[in-house]
Amino acid sequence: MELLQGAFVYLVAMVVAVPLAKRLGLGSVLGYLLAGIVIGPALGIVGAEAEDVKHFAEFGVVMMLFLIGLELQPAMLWRMRSRLLGLGGLQVAGTTASIFAIALAMGLAWQSALAMGMILALSSTAIVLQTLEEKGWMKTTPGQSAFSVLLFQDIAVIPMIALLPLLAIHGTTHGPGDTHHGGGLEHLPGWLQGLVIFAVIAAIILAGRYLMRPVFRFIATARLREIFSAAALLLVVGIALAMDRIGLSPALGTFVAGVVLSGSEFRHELESDIAPFKGLLLGVFFISVGAGIDFDLLFGRPGTIFGLAAGLMAVKLIVLLILGRIFGLRRADLWLFGLGLAQAGEFAFVLFGFAGGSGVLAGDVVRIATLVVAITMLLTPLGFICYEKLIAPRFGRRDEGQADEIDQPGTVIIAGVGRYGQVVNRMLTANGHTTVVLDYDADMIELVRRFGVRSYYGDATRPDLLHSAGAEDATLLVAALDDREKQNQLVAHLATHHPHCRIIARALDRHHVYELLDAGAHHVERELFESSLSAGRQALIELGAHPFRAERQARAFRTHDRQTLAALHENWQDGGMDTSYVAATRGRTDELDQIMQTDRTAERHDSSERGWIPPPRSDAGS
Amino acid sequence: MKRVLVLFAHPRPDRSEVNVILTKAAERVDGVTVVDLYADYPTFEIDVDREQQRLLDHDVIVFQHPVYWYSCPALLKEWQDLVLEYGFAYGEGGTALAGKMLLNAVSAGARREVYCRDGGYKYELRAFFAPFEQTARLCRMRYLPPFTLYAAGHAEDEDRLGDHVRSYTTLLEALVNERLDLDRAEMEIELSDRLDELVAVRVEAE
Repeated sequence: MELLQGAFVYLVAMVVAVPLAKRLGLGSVLGYLLAGIVIGPALGIVGAEAEDVKHFAEFGVVMMLFLIGLELQPAMLWRMRSRLLGLGGLQVAGTTASIFAIALAMGLAWQSALAMGMILALSSTAIVLQTLEEKGWMKTTPGQSAFSVLLFQDIAVIPMIALLPLLAIHGTTHGPGDTHHGGGLEHLPGWLQGLVIFAVIAAIILAGRYLMRPVFRFIATARLREIFSAAALLLVVGIALAMDRIGLSPALGTFVAGVVLSGSEFRHELESDIAPFKGLLLGVFFISVGAGIDFDLLFGRPGTIFGLAAGLMAVKLIVLLILGRIFGLRRADLWLFGLGLAQAGEFAFVLFGFAGGSGVLAGDVVRIATLVVAITMLLTPLGFICYEKLIAPRFGRRDEGQADEIDQPGTVIIAGVGRYGQVVNRMLTANGHTTVVLDYDADMIELVRRFGVRSYYGDATRPDLLHSAGAEDATLLVAALDDREKQNQLVAHLATHHPHCRIIARALDRHHVYELLDAGAHHVERELFESSLSAGRQALIELGAHPFRAERQARAFRTHDRQTLAALHENWQDGGMDTSYVAATRGRTDELDQIMQTDRTAERHDSSERGWIPPPRSDAGS
Repeated sequence: MKRVLVLFAHPRPDRSEVNVILTKAAERVDGVTVVDLYADYPTFEIDVDREQQRLLDHDVIVFQHPVYWYSCPALLKEWQDLVLEYGFAYGEGGTALAGKMLLNAVSAGARREVYCRDGGYKYELRAFFAPFEQTARLCRMRYLPPFTLYAAGHAEDEDRLGDHVRSYTTLLEALVNERLDLDRAEMEIELSDRLDELVAVRVEAE
């Protein structure tokens, strides 16, 4: 029952603190951290075992990297290469060097100083990505820059782990300690270690590409959802174990697996299976960070600890701001990038443990540094709040994140470039029209961009984005979003502010047609109607109808249905789906049935049936 | 004053060299309604009621189209198949069109000389249009001979297009103002041959 009790405490803390923190505008990460402080140092409900919980919960970070990998196609990764290597590489190198110099000046041995520099150069992937996603900043320019840096850092952990033992000065206590179970390769010569590492990564890629898909397909055909979830978890856990075994970062391994699987048809299934585990584990991880804060040490030397924390963040912030500027970030974007990454990360806990065990850093240094790291993490949400409340407003930026700058105003705006918008766009561009394609799904944008579609990331319901997309000059808007409310907003906005612009809108269903027409759309098309009609026509053919008869029935159906749609509009406006509306709909349905039937029962000539009917036999003589 | 309905049927107006210009001229004539059938019914789903109403609202029906295989483009044939219903246009009670006029204003690829007894086609265009004529007769309409621009593809180079457009306007105005000598026109093989005479004679008579 101990496990359940523990789970109960953590869950209560989560459920109480996180919604509260979000309501207060603090963000969920700070909520978790505060919950941890409350149940840990403040109330003393959880004690030393929080450390174990943390190690367990670190697995949430591993899962997060897997999910990130799933979202990232290799091609996208390749496109990120300059930011990834340039910005990320320079951030790690620059911060390591700065902290190394400061640590040297503070009297640490050069080996310890170097270890300190490397470890503290890392930022918190967990906190930053969680926050970026929560605030919807992930797809913005600063968000992508921050992501590149974090990704590079996660990869950089590997050589760091390899390097740390070489920096030992205190005489190695045996092995890297309990935080790290690996070291299975330590006795091997360097080249062989390299070979094994290479082989394992290659195995992950090959297995991901050729083995996992048939396996998942097999499981999927069994139609056992929980087994698929289990298999997804097994995959992540298995890779993490394998990576741990050879002394590499499990997060990196699962990330690679995620990237490899990102092109597979099971991408979304895997995502939705892993995501809840990730969310919970990360939450527990943040709580355990909060719970693990050593208040005795903190209150013993508050000046030193807070001074170090502030100093560390300042150093990291300066490096980030300089690099961000070099890489083209400006104003509010630059500050979001800088403040977001100024903390030290969860990998520091792992690496400090490792460094302590290897004798690179002295025990008391590790304890202080660990506390400093925790404090910088605790301060990070405050950094984001500071950005949101103080910096962004100063630059006149709303907190929805920055959309891409739109460089060419076009004559047709296509909002939403999913399967629906894509077809419309292809038809228009193939006919020589200039289109501006907007979508708030960055993956989709990346995808269609790869096919040469001029498309931009951004929420098309935002007036400023519409403006920069050229709504002033646009002759036509194709509203093809898949979100009912957003469609209505978009159409209403455009109809009000750009009345010259024609609007063709995609509707989810018939009532949505009314909503869009009332909002000001000129032409509304139900997204599934034509397709269903076509299937119905084909079904009639399969059942033996002559293809042209099936076509005529489909036409009659379409015509009647459209007339019904128009006829019931007013009724719907007046009270929605009330009894009169339902009755009217029923009447129309009966009428349609009659129309469909007439053809089968009619005599040679019947005025209820139109088209290609011979005249009465009596007409032969005239 | 008569109301004239020009039912224009051309599946490729974007490639049209003559007909689109003619419809533009027709639109400028008071009393003339021009309907682009391929624009109204791109999927061939003809609204029979609407088309019958159009017929009821006009006195002269002009089928304006290029000559395709000695007849009209497919949509116009479909239009006839569907709109000219038993009980409306012909047969028992089918008198809605009685007394109205029908004519084809067309562009033909071949030259005038080809469309004659001694030419390559052996028959006049009016002979090829016998189905239209018989349709009109069955509907108790008066059929006028075709108003044709022959060798339409060469009309512009040979400087005939302008004249033809002008005489189309003259024809439509004459139809609207009832200044066309119908009895004489009816007897012609080709309306464009001596249009000035057919119109002028009536003017002198006034």
